Amino acid sequence: MTTTTQPESTASRPPSRLSKIWKSSSIIFDSPIGMVGLAIVVFWVGMAVLSLFWTPHDPNEQYFRDQRRSAYIMTYLPWVDLEDYDEITRPDPRFLLGTDKTGRDILSRVMAGGQVVLLKTRIPLPTDDVRRQDEISALSRFLDRIAPEEWDEFVIPGGVAIWGVLGSLVVGTTFGLLAGYKGGWTEQIVMQIMDALVAFPRIVLYIVVIAALGQGDLVIIIAITVTGAPGIARLSRSLALDIKTRDYIRAAETRGEGLFYIMFREILPNARGPLLVDAMLRVGYAIFTIGTLGFLGLGLQPPEPDWGSMVNDGRELIFSQPNIVIWPAVAISTLVIGLNLFADGVREELSRYQK
Amino acid sequence: MAEEKSKKGKPVLEVKDLAVAYKIRGGEVEAVQNVSFDLHSGESIGIVGESGCGKSTVAWAILNFLGDNGYVKKGSVLFQGEELVGKEGEELRKIRGNSIAMVYQDPMQALNPSLTLGTQMKEVLTVHRGMSDEEASERCIKMLDRVYMPDPGNVLMRYPHQISGGQQQRVVIAMALLTNPALLVMDEPTTALDVTVEAAVLDLIAELRREFDTAIMYISHNLGVVARVCNFVNVMYAGEMVERAPVEDIFARPQHPYTQGLIRCVPKLGADKASAQLYPIRGRVPPPNDRPSGCVYGPRCDYVQDRCLQERPQVRILPNGNAVRCHFSEEIDPSEWIPSEDIKLKPSPGDVTKNEAIMTVKGLKKYYDVPGNSLKAVFGLESPKQVKAVEDATFRVPRGSTLGIVGESGCGKSTLIKTLIGLEETTDGEAEFIGHDITTALDERSNDLIQELQMVFQNPDSTMNPSYTVVQQIGRPMKRFKTVPNDQIRGEVIKLLESMRLGENYLDRLPRQLSGGEKQRVGIARALASRPELVLCDEPVSALDVSVQAAILNLLIDIQRELGTTMIFIAHDLSVVRFFSDNIAVMYLGQIMEIGPAEAIYRPAYHPYTEALLSAVPIPDPSVTQKRIRLEGTVPSALNPPSGCRFHTRCPRRALMPDGGKACETEIPPWREFENGHRIFCHLPKDTLESFDPVISLASDAEAVAAD
Repeated sequence: MTTTTQPESTASRPPSRLSKIWKSSSIIFDSPIGMVGLAIVVFWVGMAVLSLFWTPHDPNEQYFRDQRRSAYIMTYLPWVDLEDYDEITRPDPRFLLGTDKTGRDILSRVMAGGQVVLLKTRIPLPTDDVRRQDEISALSRFLDRIAPEEWDEFVIPGGVAIWGVLGSLVVGTTFGLLAGYKGGWTEQIVMQIMDALVAFPRIVLYIVVIAALGQGDLVIIIAITVTGAPGIARLSRSLALDIKTRDYIRAAETRGEGLFYIMFREILPNARGPLLVDAMLRVGYAIFTIGTLGFLGLGLQPPEPDWGSMVNDGRELIFSQPNIVIWPAVAISTLVIGLNLFADGVREELSRYQK
Repeated sequence: MAEEKSKKGKPVLEVKDLAVAYKIRGGEVEAVQNVSFDLHSGESIGIVGESGCGKSTVAWAILNFLGDNGYVKKGSVLFQGEELVGKEGEELRKIRGNSIAMVYQDPMQALNPSLTLGTQMKEVLTVHRGMSDEEASERCIKMLDRVYMPDPGNVLMRYPHQISGGQQQRVVIAMALLTNPALLVMDEPTTALDVTVEAAVLDLIAELRREFDTAIMYISHNLGVVARVCNFVNVMYAGEMVERAPVEDIFARPQHPYTQGLIRCVPKLGADKASAQLYPIRGRVPPPNDRPSGCVYGPRCDYVQDRCLQERPQVRILPNGNAVRCHFSEEIDPSEWIPSEDIKLKPSPGDVTKNEAIMTVKGLKKYYDVPGNSLKAVFGLESPKQVKAVEDATFRVPRGSTLGIVGESGCGKSTLIKTLIGLEETTDGEAEFIGHDITTALDERSNDLIQELQMVFQNPDSTMNPSYTVVQQIGRPMKRFKTVPNDQIRGEVIKLLESMRLGENYLDRLPRQLSGGEKQRVGIARALASRPELVLCDEPVSALDVSVQAAILNLLIDIQRELGTTMIFIAHDLSVVRFFSDNIAVMYLGQIMEIGPAEAIYRPAYHPYTEALLSAVPIPDPSVTQKRIRLEGTVPSALNPPSGCRFHTRCPRRALMPDGGKACETEIPPWREFENGHRIFCHLPKDTLESFDPVISLASDAEAVAAD
């Protein structure tokens, strides 16, 4: 016989889910590149978490070190000698990275800038006096009913970038797996729609979405979902095309399993590796997108700090006071690089693992 | 022996004490250890063993082609007196190109698809021999002629995809012979080919060995193939050479217990499950980094003694000149071998072919539409062409019996069972299974029907979903068909695993923690979990090593005898099908050519196609004589099958018909009925079919016939 059958006396018990997850995720420790990426990501997540409880200064407070002069500058901005800004923005022991032109502490703002991207999503609730027409009203009205009276916005955990990528994962895999598994006309129709979305210039698409739905975190999530879904759909379709030829899919079919069982229970678990890596890269892209939108003035709602809008704010002073622009730009780029390195490390280890 | 050696002169290849290691993460594994053999010109040495025994590694080590992480750790490889180990660069390239040639398993991968065959063949000569283009062309044509390639001049202008697999392998062999190499290394050159094509290629290799003065090193897992082309056999096990002997001795008097075990694993052609049994070798080949310290075969050996586990045996030369790596080989008599108790099968239930039919199929057809590429077809003005994958299949399957389906690749056997199980829709015809109509597709079938009809798949690596544990996979059908209450599933899975001879400790393993044979067992358990009446097996053992194959076949037999499950069993190996089946259908190009009780198929009267198939089977016994019938040409396209009898273009018996077989071309043949439901689809009259000589004559067979 090919197998030895020693009856094992230990009662067989499935290993706990947690230990399984730990076992499969611990492969990342083998990759130096992945570890560097992970360290960077953990640093920024840590900063954002810290900023929820403590920042050196209030990120939205305007600290004028010379009230008179600053008021003057605020009033007559275009004609001011740019050197005068040095007075307001220069770093000193109190403001380690300096302040922006309205006197807000850059360090605190950079720290807190990670919040909306990574940690929280704000959904404003309708107020009686001001009709906010810039949010999806059905959802906010529903949230208003369940939220305590005194709240004027509803905060859910998970940043805009995270929710956006999750959204595109859900939409993309559903359509991609459907197209890949069913084939034929279904595939044609689904993929043509996805391709049409890709063919549309991205920035224009954002502007269209924002123009139609108004500004707000939720709208940006939708924008990221819509632009990310086609890529994920293509990826999951190609994975499904490969996986559906395997015998275990035939076995599921001959067991009479339904379409969704085969798509999500038989195919999806075996496609999760590449999808996970792609999703991590997409979180990076989403942060870029949020930055871009912020820079265009279409981004997250002020006054809470957002790296993209911070870059936009400091744009006019980029030559004389570069530190206003540099720090939020560094934040965006290091986080994206970190996510990319992390994704690379995971991909490398996953492919080695499969061999 | 000594005299013979001096006559032969210096060996072409001398391998001495070769050890090959691969570097892996965190250390290295020694894939091959202590391999030594000589090879003289005009000889062919076969290297056999199960997968993972280091056969291919030896070949690569000789060619110095071990890849980045492999290296020769010890020993030497002398080729024509020259040391090959450590040679690099230009020097090595010259030797490889000029005097050593290699033929690989898959010809499609050995040929460059974007160059014509002529360009590829001529390059060998223009580069290594410095010939002019015309001269090279001429040599290529001559060589193609030598390997019996029809129309060689024309072939040079074609691309690899324009010729068939067997022809591709001929081209590769011709290409290897172009420089008249002193050593030809063949790594499973016929494994990817159909049995009739394989037979022709093997004939060719045997002939080339006689005519050219080339030394051939032939690697194969198939003992039958080795018996046909080699005069010496090296048996390898777990990276070591365990026995070396002339081919006659290996089969008649195997000395090493492993060789004996291998031979007992393979069903003899003509043996059936009622009268004979397969004896798998217990355990499995140890991985290279986990080999036992004593005799590597010790843990699996039936004759193991204390000394075997402590002391590693060295190769010993026996008085008859054969080499064996065993402490006790003289004391072992294979004829007195007694199988251990745990591989006894349940008693046979007797003749099941007379039982009532569980499945009746009448005139079943499966056609595939193929979109044309003419302009008319694009606009839908032309009726689409059809591939007639299954034509007019008619048969019945008695309850508790096994129907075997054989045929070469592309003959429609897989399509037939896919249609029965509902993965493909039936084009036309009737099929009935325990009161259900089964011509419908899966999504129109009721759960009751789906539950009664399950399937076992071919490829052990893809039969299990890599993301789920054994208990999840086997438990799923129980949950889905509610055959077992949810809280008892685990217990039921354990019971099922035990009947698969797998322990409870397998429950929570993932597929990647299982070997091929274990995966296949789980696949069978999953098919049986819903307690089906009929199980369709699509080549369940053809991807497995012989010892594992024997174990799985035993398992299937046991299950059938215990549960009375009916089976339809597809395989391309005729000995396996004969062994396992009660009834057999032979298919060619979508058409059942012959159907009947298993023993009747393997005895005259034969259908001419069955006759050709049987004569092509490689038999692991050099003392057997086989009629030599080789089919001409290639299998015609199913898109445009030949008119009349589909086999008429290649039929070797067509000359027996009046008029040179006009009727074969124009008229669809009648079914010739013999006793016990044996039917043959042929124009030849009954008595002519009965007058054919048996294909295989064994000494013992002749006695048996006389006793009848």
